[in-house]
Amino acid sequence: MYQEIILDHYKNPHGRGLRDPFDAEVHHVNPTCGDEVTLRVKLDGDTVADVSYEGMGCSISQASVSAMYDLVVGKPVTDALETGEHFMTLMQAKGDPSVAEKLEDELEDAVAFAGVSKYPARIKCALMSWMALKDASARALSAQPTAMTGGSTR
Amino acid sequence: MTQTVSRPGAGAQQVPLPLDVEAIRADFPILTRTVRDGKRLVYLDSGATSQKPRQVLDAERWFYENINAAPHRGAHQLAEEATGAYEEARAKIGAFIGAPENEIVFTRNTTEAINLVAYALSNARTAKEPEFRTYAVGQGDEIVVTEMEHHADLVPWQQLCERTGATLRWLGLTDDGRLDLSDLTTVVNERTKLVAVTQQSNILGTINPLGEIVARAHEVGALVLVDGAQSVPHQPVDVTELGADFLVFSGHKMLGPTGVGVLWGRYEVLDKLPPFLTGGSMIEVVRMEGSTFMPPPQRFEAGVPMTAQVIGLGAAVEYLQALGMDRVEEHEKALTGYALEKLAEIPGVTVIGPPDTVARGGAISFTVEGIHPHDVGQVLDDSGIAVRVGHHCAWPVVRRYGVPATTRATFYVHTGYDDIDALADGIREAQRFFGVVPAVSSESGAS
Repeated sequence: MYQEIILDHYKNPHGRGLRDPFDAEVHHVNPTCGDEVTLRVKLDGDTVADVSYEGMGCSISQASVSAMYDLVVGKPVTDALETGEHFMTLMQAKGDPSVAEKLEDELEDAVAFAGVSKYPARIKCALMSWMALKDASARALSAQPTAMTGGSTR
Repeated sequence: MTQTVSRPGAGAQQVPLPLDVEAIRADFPILTRTVRDGKRLVYLDSGATSQKPRQVLDAERWFYENINAAPHRGAHQLAEEATGAYEEARAKIGAFIGAPENEIVFTRNTTEAINLVAYALSNARTAKEPEFRTYAVGQGDEIVVTEMEHHADLVPWQQLCERTGATLRWLGLTDDGRLDLSDLTTVVNERTKLVAVTQQSNILGTINPLGEIVARAHEVGALVLVDGAQSVPHQPVDVTELGADFLVFSGHKMLGPTGVGVLWGRYEVLDKLPPFLTGGSMIEVVRMEGSTFMPPPQRFEAGVPMTAQVIGLGAAVEYLQALGMDRVEEHEKALTGYALEKLAEIPGVTVIGPPDTVARGGAISFTVEGIHPHDVGQVLDDSGIAVRVGHHCAWPVVRRYGVPATTRATFYVHTGYDDIDALADGIREAQRFFGVVPAVSSESGAS
């Protein structure tokens, strides 16, 4: 389960820290174990301009948010959410290697989490950041009804 | 004993264990299975739920194969025999805690037992029978808990206060994992209606000085509910000595089946409480306009009860009595002392809770510097060692001690020194894997 890529992201997380400006901030917890993440999304039109975060939790939850940062920043929101759906599919694969193979291009580093899907207790750890992103994106979009304004500060 | 002697130079002392671990293990079928590719199961999660000896499983099977019927209804032979076995188990379980059978109420578990009391206290406000209003809780009243309660002994009281307008107050914790009783006389005062406190913390292992708390509560006329979920399975408990008004515990944590818990209550208190769940079995007379209720304990046992589980719990109690609860307590004390020493030898390991065996049970929560508890638990699991990770349903406790979560090892009658050695080795393995200690450290702890 603990692939080298996961441990690298855990020890040297990408994009960590909360940054301004942002359009929405959410706080998600995993109540069975107390993992937490605070995540901010900044949109530029319909593109994810930045995802910034602080969190505490196990290597899986913390590496997952770091790998997610690499995958979604600079992408259209719809693509980012689609990637989240692919990650969800990977988490439901119960360790089936063919699923991971198919998703290699879409998920890049995040495909290393395939092993997590064999451990039902840990799947929520890996999914927490993606759930937070989905939530924050939805809030950011609804906070920007015109969707193309961008650059709002608060 | 059959355990190997620790290597020369190692600090932890293995005193002879009071229980014959090998003989006891032979009673637990699950301990013969392997986990994670052929590894011996090292089960250090009895605090979450205990494993079951064959005697308990056999008792449940015996019930279903021979006398299965709904107790307290029907006049056929099976119904009579089922009722007899059910009530015999009630008497046995009562005797285990020094209580008469009419003070033993069966619930689903500890959680339900506490909810039963909490709902009875709010139902009392609107009861049409004046005697059922004796313990009614309302605005201006206070309920007292402690910061070390399991969520099951905290959330129902928060909810009771929200339903009734009463105020929740609590006793805090000291840095070494004990109750801070310095403000006991102000927190427990004339407005206090009930004090709910655990006898043994499920996360810290602390055994609380209940005598002082019970004395103060009764001085101001408050009821006392003792959460015995982690004490009744692990130490002798006698309700007469305890002096409280309620004691609650779960069958599944004391070698018994899931789905059965116990509410013990002093009869004169139970007798003045309105019911929580209503329906069949608990009524005296039912008319379309309204109903009257049976005396305790039947008043609190609506519906066909968990008969097989109660009989299984009776068998669990017999098993524990045959071992002797004094010896069970001594056994766990020896293991706890050994485990605390073994963990103290590992750099970076911090125990959250009392550091020695004084007024302390066998729940050992710890953190490993630089490794999240989930990751510790995962590496241990890969070695076949089952521990619990997370906040252990005591979120305020982990928050109090400034850690996100802990890893927790708990012991029982089948636990031996070999299990604790496996735990210590597993922690060192996790440290090596996550690179948080120098490579030579695996032997350095002994020096």
